[in-house]
Amino acid sequence: MSPPPLARAVEVSRKYGDVLALDRVSLDIPPGEIVGLLGPNGAGKSTLLNLLAGLRRATSGRVELFGGDPREPVRRKLLGVTPQETGLPATLRVAEVVRFVAAHFADPVPTSELLERFGLTEVARRQTGGLSGGQKRRLAVALAFVGRPRLVLLDEPTTGLDVSARRALWEAIRAFPGEESSVLLTSHYLEEIEALASRVVVIGEGRLLADGTVSSVRDLVALRRVSVRAETDLPGLTGVVARQREDGRLNLMTPDSDSLVRQLVKSGADFTDLEIHAASLEEAFLTLTAREG
Amino acid sequence: MSLVLTHARYQFTETIRVPVAVIGTMFFPAASMIFFVVPFTGQNAIAATFATASMVVFATSTTSIFTYGIGVSEDRAQPWDPFVRTLPAGPLPRLAGRIITGTGFLILSFLPVLVVAAVATKATATPAQLALAAGAVIAGAVPFTLLGLTIGYWLPFKAALAVAQLVFFPLAFGGGLMSAPGRAPGWVETISPYLPTRGAAELMWSAVGDHRPNSIAVLMLGVWTVVLATTAAWGYRRDEGRRFH
Repeated sequence: MSPPPLARAVEVSRKYGDVLALDRVSLDIPPGEIVGLLGPNGAGKSTLLNLLAGLRRATSGRVELFGGDPREPVRRKLLGVTPQETGLPATLRVAEVVRFVAAHFADPVPTSELLERFGLTEVARRQTGGLSGGQKRRLAVALAFVGRPRLVLLDEPTTGLDVSARRALWEAIRAFPGEESSVLLTSHYLEEIEALASRVVVIGEGRLLADGTVSSVRDLVALRRVSVRAETDLPGLTGVVARQREDGRLNLMTPDSDSLVRQLVKSGADFTDLEIHAASLEEAFLTLTAREG
Repeated sequence: MSLVLTHARYQFTETIRVPVAVIGTMFFPAASMIFFVVPFTGQNAIAATFATASMVVFATSTTSIFTYGIGVSEDRAQPWDPFVRTLPAGPLPRLAGRIITGTGFLILSFLPVLVVAAVATKATATPAQLALAAGAVIAGAVPFTLLGLTIGYWLPFKAALAVAQLVFFPLAFGGGLMSAPGRAPGWVETISPYLPTRGAAELMWSAVGDHRPNSIAVLMLGVWTVVLATTAAWGYRRDEGRRFH
């Protein structure tokens, strides 16, 4: 028997006025997983996180956090969330912000230990308004870990960080989950999801499009991007799931690039500068979104 | 309870780290004492006492309108607020902490007035009168706290700032705080019983001197308290509904 999930969404929909931000999404977060949540802007990622954090109520369906309603404060005792780094109280010192958050939890990580883990020891006495962008980001992420959470929700944890800062933060996040704990993170960076997550959930236009391992999601949309320079839109090709023009190039997404290239050559179409790439995960989910929609 | 105090302590710390805000709170009522009360009525014990009482009402009403009106609407605009809402505590510790912090600044705002009155005027009050005055301050501060919360919960930050600045002076002048009891210009005497500032002042004047409170003004203070409690609670619930439902 598998352990009960830390968080669960069952057929959850959420409307903002007439806009359907989430459309019957179901998702389980079992213990011990890092789950990457992928999707273009406006896909419903933040809405899902807000529902799990108890900030919003589902229009229909059920959201559970540790077996209960996340809107009850007691359910959030083992939840860790990051604030937006732009929202840190500018006049409070780093250690003060950590202690303020720690005061809400039964068994918080000692402030000095947490600051050490996120490389903030040197700036502990600095006001958050005076921190660099990277330091603010690290503090924001550190705050999610203060209460020794079993579920951490990270909304784009490393957006805006340089490569080395990003890698350092990854180390801190990766060091966290044990058998018992899980992380749900959204990201704009594919590399980040691939580096951290064991499972990927793709949502687009409010719907769950895919849910599986990184490689299975790749396989699901094992696409190649065949790109050529051409004057015309090269009609009549089969096996093209998406096409798009960019800087005079025509990009054709296909599951079978060999067949497509043969067709291109046989058709005698006028093209130059042929390139073939494996589609990135981002291109894959964009195609997936377009297909479903 | 300890969470309420934690919220109060951090909000207090946040505010005093911007010293200008605190100095502004303490400066204006004290400056009004020095420029208007000391030179004109300072040597007359009775007049100075009434004027000091009026200035305490001025300080508490103004500070409440600004502290809550601007503080609440500013916080509502900050992403920090929703983050705090994800912590395992309801919205109440934050609200209660805010009231405690606001009350602290209220006291800070009129302390300099009392110091100036004691040092530079002939104003006097017995301990019993001071105790009554403390009660009057509380009764008078409640509707202004509620007015500040109403402004803060209903308006976006820039509008809240403008409205707070627009209402505080007419309330102070129209309520007769700039004049001795019953000595304001005729039209002010006509409207002032209907303003909450006058009711608060009536209570203060009665506490520290030989003054029979204007019953309409005191009744209206009660009416204002009920009305503003309703608008503040409504605004709070509306804000909760908008941002957290």
